[in-house]
Amino acid sequence: MLLIKNGRVLDPATKTDAFFDVLFEGGRILKTGANLSAADAEVFDATGLIVAPGFIDLHCHLREPGQEMSETIETGTSAAARGGFTAVCCMPNTEPVNDSASVTRGIIERAAASTVRVWPIGAVSVGSRGEALAEIAAMKKAGIVAVSDDGRPVATARLLRQVMDYSNALDLPVIDHCEDPSLFAGGVMREGPRSIRLGLKGIPSQSESISVGRDVEVANLTGARLHIAHLSTFGSLEYVRFAKRMGLRVTCEVTPHHFTLIDEDVRYDTRYKMNPPLASRKDRDALLEGLADGSVDAIATDHAPHHPASKDVEFDHAPFGVTGFETALSLGLSELVHSGRLSLMRLVELFTTGPARVLGMERKIAAGEVADLTIFSVDQPWTFRAAESLSKSRNTPFDGRAFRGAAVATIVAGRIVFRR
Amino acid sequence: MLERLQHLLGIETLDREQITFILDQSKPFQEFQRHPLKKLATLRGKTVAVAFFEPSTRTRISFTTAAARLGADTMALQAESSSLKKGESLLDTIRTLEAMRPDGIVIRHSSSGAPEFVAARLEIPVLNAGDGTHEHPTQALLDALTIRDRKGKLDDWNVTILGDILHSRVARSNIHLLGKFGARITLCGPPMWVPRELDDLARGLRRTPRIEEALDGADVIIVLRVQTERIHEPALATEEYILGYQLTAERLRLARHDALVLHPGPMIRGLEIDSAVADGPQSGVLDQVTNGLAVRMALLYHLIGGAPVDAPHPAKERSNAAD
Repeated sequence: MLLIKNGRVLDPATKTDAFFDVLFEGGRILKTGANLSAADAEVFDATGLIVAPGFIDLHCHLREPGQEMSETIETGTSAAARGGFTAVCCMPNTEPVNDSASVTRGIIERAAASTVRVWPIGAVSVGSRGEALAEIAAMKKAGIVAVSDDGRPVATARLLRQVMDYSNALDLPVIDHCEDPSLFAGGVMREGPRSIRLGLKGIPSQSESISVGRDVEVANLTGARLHIAHLSTFGSLEYVRFAKRMGLRVTCEVTPHHFTLIDEDVRYDTRYKMNPPLASRKDRDALLEGLADGSVDAIATDHAPHHPASKDVEFDHAPFGVTGFETALSLGLSELVHSGRLSLMRLVELFTTGPARVLGMERKIAAGEVADLTIFSVDQPWTFRAAESLSKSRNTPFDGRAFRGAAVATIVAGRIVFRR
Repeated sequence: MLERLQHLLGIETLDREQITFILDQSKPFQEFQRHPLKKLATLRGKTVAVAFFEPSTRTRISFTTAAARLGADTMALQAESSSLKKGESLLDTIRTLEAMRPDGIVIRHSSSGAPEFVAARLEIPVLNAGDGTHEHPTQALLDALTIRDRKGKLDDWNVTILGDILHSRVARSNIHLLGKFGARITLCGPPMWVPRELDDLARGLRRTPRIEEALDGADVIIVLRVQTERIHEPALATEEYILGYQLTAERLRLARHDALVLHPGPMIRGLEIDSAVADGPQSGVLDQVTNGLAVRMALLYHLIGGAPVDAPHPAKERSNAAD
């Protein structure tokens, strides 16, 4: 038994913001209330801390199987726990691609020993090659929570239509990495004055929004659930708003690096190279607005570890991606809450009930619910040091950044799996 | 107080004083090229690594000749060399070069930012000999020297840059440099190669797709090479380019009568420039080549020789000439 005492409980599902205690037993919440006591329970004093439902990350790359040089399920989930995440959804672009039940089962078996829940996302198409549909029903049986060809867009509107119809019957959302390959065309950063100055090949923001527009139309055609991964532009967000106004089941996520940094921050440093690339200030400001007004459903990290040697190369030649588990909450607090843009409740929603809804799940703090909780401080000062990261990789632009607020304890199935 | 340069990575970060200093220091080296014995002992015992990760003839020869005339030895690495073909990383390649203890490195690379990458990882001075579509600082300096010589001063000219601006590092370095000297710069070329984001590079930039408008009143015309190897867009038909943008003798008459025509080379006669212009009295093309040697000698001398900025100039001291 574990008893969390004296915390400020924030639960977006029930709009609760109150001081009370939470008692767990056997992986579930036994009861909640003021001044709880239990003779044989371990007590965690959460005085001055926020007690929230367990954080869910809809988008990460754990690199296993096949890319263990960069990350393993063990190291990735340790970093996730340190960031306050109780469950993470891992993208299928591994080697081999998670396009079959056997790969899904392998991931789930390897994750059994990890402290954080791992929810695999299956591929849309065999090998994510954009041709034949992957064995989605079999993967669903094995435990996937969504499908995506992340790393690349679902190749054609026709394939997207097929997979949306098919996944709809299986009650799985389709997550799309939106980009138009002909506009992307070998670009390495957002097209704009900065890319011109640096002489780096630019990717216009329309590479993303054209693809989001296509996807929204196909969502209209099929009525199925569509989730836009790592949305980064004003145009994309407007398409999502349009879809929501139409009553379509379209959701989207934004990453911490996209709401924090802009293209003007890019320099010849491959830690600033990710896809989608850092957007213009105007696009970033639109994301901040979308996070505040409810147009954005979730914050997702797109944690994309890369082995140091693969990033220590010319900007053109480096792989896209940055790590993100350990800085996501702190960036959310500093960029969104401390800056006055979002309420703390809204931030918690973006990490909990928001992503849960995308997956068709619920997250709340009430008797009988799963005992996954994230306990965090809103003002504890700390400095993130990439060298101390629990991830196997170091590719983050936030090395050395000073923060106020971080996860203090991560609780999965009633067990404290990380404690600061 | 003029600060000694540590590296030459680009023009963007230089100020007018530093640029003027380099040009002033190039002057005696320019005269030195006419001397029958073209060898100084200034950098005797020093070694310059000349690492060309991208094919180049003229810039490579210019740098190796500049080093030789200063008395330095060079070690060359070329794009065709085996380590690059075997997939060795840039980091490993430059560390290998560094282990042979050169006193400076000249680098040409197809990726923008590669010289900065090298400078951040090595202790020795780095000279950018052209990186991707970013900068080609020695080209802009030799162009500036040519303009100053032929037109008597560097400030306040109407400068027209013709061609594929988007993919040109020469254009970027020239815009940065001439912009610092008050030039009114007009960029002209096929519109998809002259995007509006260029406006940010210098104050008062003007863009036009019409060559007649671009040449009207020009004092200096920089004709760019059509960089076929860097163009990812659907290519423009050669005939279209010639029709719209070739600098012909007839079009040149739209510019000031004494307008200077520059071209970074290699020139493709009959494509971006007409032979009558390339070989005509307004052409500065061959001066540019000679001035390139002078500018590169000045840079090697100051970056690698490590002399104080107010040291007596080596080319002015006859006794320095080796026999």
